[in-house]
Amino acid sequence: MNDPIAYSDSVPGSVVVVKRHKLATRVWHWVTVVTMFIMIGSGIGILKAHPRLYWGRYGANFDSAWTTLDQWPSWLVSLLNLLTIPASYNLAISRRWHLLFALVLSFALLGFMVVSLINRHFQRDLRVRAAELSPREVAHDVREHLAFRFHDPKRPGAYNILQKLSYVATIFVLIPVMILTGLAMSPNMDAAWPWLLEIFGGRQSARSIHFIAATGLVLFIIAHLALVILAGAWNEVRSMITGRWAVPEDVA
Amino acid sequence: MSSLISRRSLVVGATIGAGALLTGCDKIAANPEARKILFMGEDMNRGLQRALTNRNALAPEFTPAQMSPIFRSNGTRDPGTPGYTAMVANNFADYRLKVGGLVDRPLSITLPQLRQMPSRTQITRHDCVEGWSAIGKWHGPKLGALLQAAQIRDTARYIVFTCADLYRGTPYYESIDLIDAFHPQTILAWALNDRVLDVAHGAPVRLRVERQLGYKHAKYVMAIDAVASLAGIGKGKGGYWEDNVDYDWYAGI
Repeated sequence: MNDPIAYSDSVPGSVVVVKRHKLATRVWHWVTVVTMFIMIGSGIGILKAHPRLYWGRYGANFDSAWTTLDQWPSWLVSLLNLLTIPASYNLAISRRWHLLFALVLSFALLGFMVVSLINRHFQRDLRVRAAELSPREVAHDVREHLAFRFHDPKRPGAYNILQKLSYVATIFVLIPVMILTGLAMSPNMDAAWPWLLEIFGGRQSARSIHFIAATGLVLFIIAHLALVILAGAWNEVRSMITGRWAVPEDVA
Repeated sequence: MSSLISRRSLVVGATIGAGALLTGCDKIAANPEARKILFMGEDMNRGLQRALTNRNALAPEFTPAQMSPIFRSNGTRDPGTPGYTAMVANNFADYRLKVGGLVDRPLSITLPQLRQMPSRTQITRHDCVEGWSAIGKWHGPKLGALLQAAQIRDTARYIVFTCADLYRGTPYYESIDLIDAFHPQTILAWALNDRVLDVAHGAPVRLRVERQLGYKHAKYVMAIDAVASLAGIGKGKGGYWEDNVDYDWYAGI
């Protein structure tokens, strides 16, 4: 990224356009947008079949749950109802959506990871350097975010440290945890790969972690959308469709 | 374009898009052709799991200390038919487990005979399709031994279980393939947690097919048939829930 394709040096008001996102990144992004939407909606449908979460190996109605749907605020339950796929309760169809698109999510992530290592997107754009993690740097970036300044004038196309950390957490932690806890809920996978249960502390713990990680992903999506809007909605969305990104005037 | 307009149009656009996608999902699930694609996930998952994992892998077994304090019952808790109630009153003295279909030696087994067969004891986790799990100790003969005793034919591909409990007026039925039928943990359990199986949990005999979800574990098993195809069973999808509510026949996930 950051290869200028249109330049007009130091002419006030001119727009510098750079190639920001590679094709693989753009394709994966939009495949994941649709997939996430389906996974969240159908996942809510599956959760509704037994809206109680437990820690440990087992957990059913007579066992103590750490959270249940009836403890959640009504606005949240209404929102969950609004997002459910299918709209009227149908566990079988929710599972059909969820288990088909789980394959799309997993193999799309795998493909994106392989391609991004080869095209060096990960190494170039997402690698977190030790210096960026110093408290001073992080505090500086937090202040910049609060002032709605998202681009380093010296390197406007580069991701800032909070952005890098949130992308790294999503790509390398949250989505893989979703996939692994999902697999840990499969009785056949538990037979074949018992380590799935060991790393999460049992099937019901894996189920709980699945929903906690899903909540983390939803929070990421909310923050991501808010920042896209604040950073200049059309420019950001266009860069994820065509790859071309106009360097904002305040930093160009 | 002012950034205010662009922001607003983006939010509106995204909301409309999300709404369209939601209703779109329900339209897709209602369209027979799209439904075929949606339902392909089951074969893809089964194919991947069977290809990438050991077909003989054992389901995790647990220690007595790891068992659920209460093993909840689910589905039918009492078949309640006159025939079943009479069997319960008679302590299942008249019960006969029929093994038939594509076998050379059809069997009719009494409960004492079944209890004398070499048995397996296993503390395993029962996973309901709804999401809950319970760990219990099951005891009973291997299904594979019974099928061998009945001399199952080479043409058999599936094992169908017919039960004493009625759903919409017809006996509950389920089926598994031979990979699961001959799996060492696939047993016909007649005891749960060191006690003779009670009515709520499927007395006198229930199937344990440990690498699949709960609805595959047929309770109140009356007949076991080896078949070449599921086409003639119910509506052809291999089980009551599969035929009537679109549950996956392969419930290993």
